[in-house]
Amino acid sequence: MIAEKFKKGIWNNVINLRDFVTKNVTPYHGTHDFLVGPSEKTQKLWEVCKEATKEERANNGVRSVDTEIVSGVSAFTAGYIDKENEVIVGLQTDELLKRAMKPFGGFKVVQKALSEHGLKPNKDISELFTKYVKTHNDGVFDAYTSEIKKFRSLGFLTGLPDNYARGRIIGDYRRIALYGVDRLVEAKKADLEAIEGPMSDKVIRLREEVSEQIKALKEMVVMGNYYNLDLARPAQNAQEAVQWTYMAYLAAVKEQDGAAMSLGNVSSFLDIFIEKDLEEGVITEVEAQEYIDQFVMKLRMVRHLRMEAYDEIFAGDPTWVTEAIGGMFEDGRTKVTKTSFRFLHTLYNLGPSPEPNITILWSYSLPQNFKDYCAKVSIDTSSIQFENDELMRSLRGSDDYGIACCVSYQELGKSIQFFGARTNLAKTLLLALNGGRCEFTGTEMVKGIPAYNDEYLDFDKVMANFKIAMKEVARVYNDSMNIIHYMHDKYYYEKAQMALIDTNPSINIAYGIAGLSIVADSLSAIKHAKVKPIRNEQGLTVDFEIEGEFPKYGNDDDRVDLLASAAVADFNNELKKLPVYKDAEPTMSVLTITSNVSYGKKTGSTPDGRNQGVAFAPGANPMHGRDCNGAIASLNSVSKINYDDSKDGISNTFSIVPKSLGANEEEQIENLATTLDGYFSRNAQHLNVNVLNKEMLLDAMENPDEYPQLTIRVSGYAVNFVRLTKEQQLEVITRSFHESM
Amino acid sequence: MYCHNPDTIENSGGTEYHIEDLVELALKMKPYFGKKGGVTVSGGEPLLQSKELIPFFKRLKEEGIHTNIDTNGRILNHFTQELLDEYADLVMLDIKHMTEEGYLELTGMSCKETTFNFAKYREKSGKKMWLRYVLIPGITNKPELLHAMGSYFKDYKTIEKIEIQPYHKLGMHKWEALGWEYQLKDARENTPEELEEASKILSQYFKEVKIN
Repeated sequence: MIAEKFKKGIWNNVINLRDFVTKNVTPYHGTHDFLVGPSEKTQKLWEVCKEATKEERANNGVRSVDTEIVSGVSAFTAGYIDKENEVIVGLQTDELLKRAMKPFGGFKVVQKALSEHGLKPNKDISELFTKYVKTHNDGVFDAYTSEIKKFRSLGFLTGLPDNYARGRIIGDYRRIALYGVDRLVEAKKADLEAIEGPMSDKVIRLREEVSEQIKALKEMVVMGNYYNLDLARPAQNAQEAVQWTYMAYLAAVKEQDGAAMSLGNVSSFLDIFIEKDLEEGVITEVEAQEYIDQFVMKLRMVRHLRMEAYDEIFAGDPTWVTEAIGGMFEDGRTKVTKTSFRFLHTLYNLGPSPEPNITILWSYSLPQNFKDYCAKVSIDTSSIQFENDELMRSLRGSDDYGIACCVSYQELGKSIQFFGARTNLAKTLLLALNGGRCEFTGTEMVKGIPAYNDEYLDFDKVMANFKIAMKEVARVYNDSMNIIHYMHDKYYYEKAQMALIDTNPSINIAYGIAGLSIVADSLSAIKHAKVKPIRNEQGLTVDFEIEGEFPKYGNDDDRVDLLASAAVADFNNELKKLPVYKDAEPTMSVLTITSNVSYGKKTGSTPDGRNQGVAFAPGANPMHGRDCNGAIASLNSVSKINYDDSKDGISNTFSIVPKSLGANEEEQIENLATTLDGYFSRNAQHLNVNVLNKEMLLDAMENPDEYPQLTIRVSGYAVNFVRLTKEQQLEVITRSFHESM
Repeated sequence: MYCHNPDTIENSGGTEYHIEDLVELALKMKPYFGKKGGVTVSGGEPLLQSKELIPFFKRLKEEGIHTNIDTNGRILNHFTQELLDEYADLVMLDIKHMTEEGYLELTGMSCKETTFNFAKYREKSGKKMWLRYVLIPGITNKPELLHAMGSYFKDYKTIEKIEIQPYHKLGMHKWEALGWEYQLKDARENTPEELEEASKILSQYFKEVKIN
């Protein structure tokens, strides 16, 4: 048994991955020189995948869909890409890129998605889900109030996970490799035994959930059997460790189609097994890289069935297989291992790619060689993002965490989160100027805001009204979240993922806001210039005349930057006052994914001079074209938003043209690494980095076939540029490309 | 004649900044400087304001910020000397040409002597200096000129490296936008072989040769 070869610890007695990793990991400080290219098998396999993705693009974004089977952990028998070349096996369905129906989130959504491709679900399944089985989506709309529906349909609350799966939960996929399913079942059974009465709602619910988890674990063994893998026992070598970990993840994406299905931080865990095999001479670097290349290739092939409307909020068919790499242990050692490098190296061996969503946990203490390699990969591929390990580790409490979706800290195996999409803060500000009415329809949304008839906007009055609006929007938002998560647990519980997490984990609810830069600049205009609202006959603001200059967010000017950070703090404080289902801790993010385009469409003209319908800047970014004091000033503005007020993450997407980073590769690497050190030393949380020229993107719009793998970071994730809609492509191109530091 | 920032040549005009505002700006960027970064004054010719640079650099030094002057060395007064002795951590000295005629042709001024005295003065101060040299095929990229420069400076202890700036036409459109005639229109860019050859010659004399 391989377990005998590892250093012992509490992990031998209880399920504890952190203890295993910290005791057995081999931190690596060297360079990337040891890395090798793809094996022949890997290359052959990747050719098949590339061909299949090409067919997928040509076939309106979907290669095929299974309409006969309701997906689940053990629903499909084995599927292969090219069996003799596969070192790591397993597909979501029985065929590469074939999507599956997961109707428990909402059957109408599945029907719609299928009909958009001229397909229908099997008749029996249709009958079952229309007559007998209730889904998450049905449950939510049974409970929604007319007020929530109004906020939702008029665009104050958007993208809520009420007609798609919430995702954001990260199973601790390492557990199956280290312990095997049998041991995990044993532990869950012991937990179930210990959950005793009196039988309150809470206790009953928990007992039911743990029982569901045990069933899911048993299904995983069945799934493994289809591939002749004995998942009941622990992995015995490096290849099995990678295979077992992938199988655990596969179980999750067979059962669930959550928006973001992160992987966690598996690389340095896998490294322990790889090191062992390398040390014993059982494998060479070629096999080590081959396991990782093929694992990553499989992760790139994960697909979910989505309807077209979904693309508005999450463009480019993302899956958010987010893998967090790097960071430091609490004891001061680095978490970087050779396998951290191997994961990054897949971006050369297989070419750039948006998935898995590789996220570097950055610390000034990271080994310089690793920092330099990350910078190099970022410059070469624009496929990775960076997050502040020092900040998250010190404020959130654990060094064993992954990133849910884009920017959200999640301690692995110990905690989960409830995804909450976001509210439109710019539209909330317009409520303050329109007596609580929707700026388009005049519908009364919020009571208690006096009608505003002054010729010029007065900052103090606006702020007072804005605070009332924030309080009321927060209340409705919270109501909707409580309903959504109650129903998701009831009808689409993530039993496979939860089986790989401690029983009764801590939960944070992940609220979010969009339109921060619009709010900041609008308040700045009202405060520092003179803003005259133009009102229609209904008394609703339709436009604004601005007299004089005002400071704009993104130029390192406190007069406006502090308005941005105060708005974040104010809204977060309102949310924090409200009780959450399952006693989850309220947290908030400043993140938009690609919904900044659709949010903009649903928002009237704003006092900053932005016209009706114009796209917002993504996440916490300054508005495009307004941050004109260079890259550093722009970064400094964003860094002023306090992470404590926005613990679910603060997303900043940054594009810079290669030559302004430096004249040659060496200088560019050094300057990017130094920029990251500088930005994160100011307690900023996240940076998406694109190093590219606008001209290349324009060319890719004209000649998409020449850029099948062109990857660009958008907002907490990356996409294949050619899979964006034309509108989204144009929005990306209008963003600021910094031409000077 | 080939400056890539011709819009900064004019001695009058520009925006006036208070020294403290500039220091504050530098402090905001300090976290991004890393081990090698700092404040570089360039131009135009920054030493036209050497008197004002003294209190500015003094403040930067107090804040622990690295100071650097990017100059053509044609001004050597007692203010400049104070800067060279006390406040400039690094001087990047632009050598235009190795002959007086060459200087005259490229800069319109006969300032070779001052530039070379400037280098001598810095050498005496014992503080770091980099040389910079714009390489124009047929004008400054000639083996005899490169050898002359090498032999002249080879014993300087303060020179850490020489940076070769291969001539490029990036600034041309700016000259045209300013309504001036770009006088080196006919000069071409170096071939990779020419750059390699120049670098080889200079390596015989300098610790480090870097092609930008």
